[in-house]
Amino acid sequence: MYTASDLRKGLRIKIDNDPYVVTEFNFVKPGKGQALYRCRLRNMINGSQFERTFRSVDTFESADLQEKKMQYLYQEEDKYCFMDNESYEQVFLTREQVGDAVNYLIDNIEAQVLFFEDRALGLSVPNFVDLVVTQADPWAKGDSVTGNQKPVTLQTGYQILVPTFIEEGEKIRVDTRTGEYLTRVKG
Amino acid sequence: MSRDEPDAGGEWRLTRRRAALEIRARMIQALRRFFVTAGYLEVETPVRIPAPAPETHIDAPPAGDWFLQASPELCMKRLLAAGYGKIFQIAKCYRAGERGDRHLPEFTMLEWYRPASDYRDLMTECEVLLPFVLQALGRDAALVYRGERIDLTAPWERLSVAEAFRRFTPLTPEDALRKACFDERMALDIEPRLGRERPTFLYDYPAACAALARRKGADPALAERFELYIAGLELANAFSELTDVAEQRRRFEMARTERERLGKVGYPSAEPFLKALGAMPSAAGIALGVDRLAMLLADADRIDDVVAFVPEDL
Repeated sequence: MYTASDLRKGLRIKIDNDPYVVTEFNFVKPGKGQALYRCRLRNMINGSQFERTFRSVDTFESADLQEKKMQYLYQEEDKYCFMDNESYEQVFLTREQVGDAVNYLIDNIEAQVLFFEDRALGLSVPNFVDLVVTQADPWAKGDSVTGNQKPVTLQTGYQILVPTFIEEGEKIRVDTRTGEYLTRVKG
Repeated sequence: MSRDEPDAGGEWRLTRRRAALEIRARMIQALRRFFVTAGYLEVETPVRIPAPAPETHIDAPPAGDWFLQASPELCMKRLLAAGYGKIFQIAKCYRAGERGDRHLPEFTMLEWYRPASDYRDLMTECEVLLPFVLQALGRDAALVYRGERIDLTAPWERLSVAEAFRRFTPLTPEDALRKACFDERMALDIEPRLGRERPTFLYDYPAACAALARRKGADPALAERFELYIAGLELANAFSELTDVAEQRRRFEMARTERERLGKVGYPSAEPFLKALGAMPSAAGIALGVDRLAMLLADADRIDDVVAFVPEDL
């Protein structure tokens, strides 16, 4: 059982027996007023989306999803293929079902594929993923007054802000929960 | 990788926040200078207190047998009652369960009181304070926040709560209170539209929304309270302070009953405050979110970017 204060981006809850994922989340509280939890929710089965504002007294059940560890194989148009390494069973997820995890899908990465009554519906990637910087402008002294950072492109096409000393070809660790750079990885 | 690189130890977030933290430091120095120059006495009151003011939707976190303050209000009013005159404080405040792009469960509040004044005097003072801070930071009289230009030249917009409901919702404030959707309309329909080209003072709240504010002489259904908004961000809350002890006791009792109904933690009665209130001079008081002001000055869209650490970093 969840309460409204557990709501956050990526949380999966059950509404009218369907699994929903929170795709956007914002805590708002007008001066001296009650806390409100603004959510955008996506039905994980049919993809329909809606916005709803919850109050702190609201409670939710967690979505009845099973997780299975699978390996990412390849992308074909809008489909992403994952394989169970024991049974060799393969499943496909759509771009929408993959969500933000698309930024971390490197070949052969192991992820948790989410199933609802035997249907693959979504994906959880590890909290930390190491990715190679494939495009970075060279560091120029005196750049940016806002914290010495620059945008680079990673091997998945993901664009991210990193410290200016990071160079093309280096590997960095990304926190997949926030989408932010954590540290440089050796080797 | 050499040892002296700035992300050694994974503290890249701290490196990235440094520019905003430098703005924040200069801003706090300017705020302090403003109040000292204006003849205010800087005070410090305890962060851990036995009896917070009961407010329906503000939860002071328990700390041992006592609580961490949600605001320094009650202790500062005891100083006023003791004849301290104009006082200000920059204090850490705590509110359980508040975490979002604009909320931290531990945050910094600038609170100040002026005797023989009402909420209108505080509006005027805000109109002087913010340009002073901008100037101290070497900026001109306009703030650029998230690509939006907000002119801080006085006078700022003054908009009553009733007029805001008329303008932005199909309801009156009274209807919204009756239908228990006042907070939703305020947070979703009204607040985002305030303080867009210049700051907005949203003023005269229904008395039910202001536990420690004085009622308006001309219309006792309203309380002399305002909130200051800039770029949709709630920056400060001010009252003409309530000094009627019996009335204050009744309002606390109502808030206490409401907290009980909602199953919230009960607080002991703030007797020393209620006793002192009888001696408190007529005064106006205001609390301004220091982190929020830093967001505006550092052009940050998340409160996380203007503090060194958020709970998730610890």
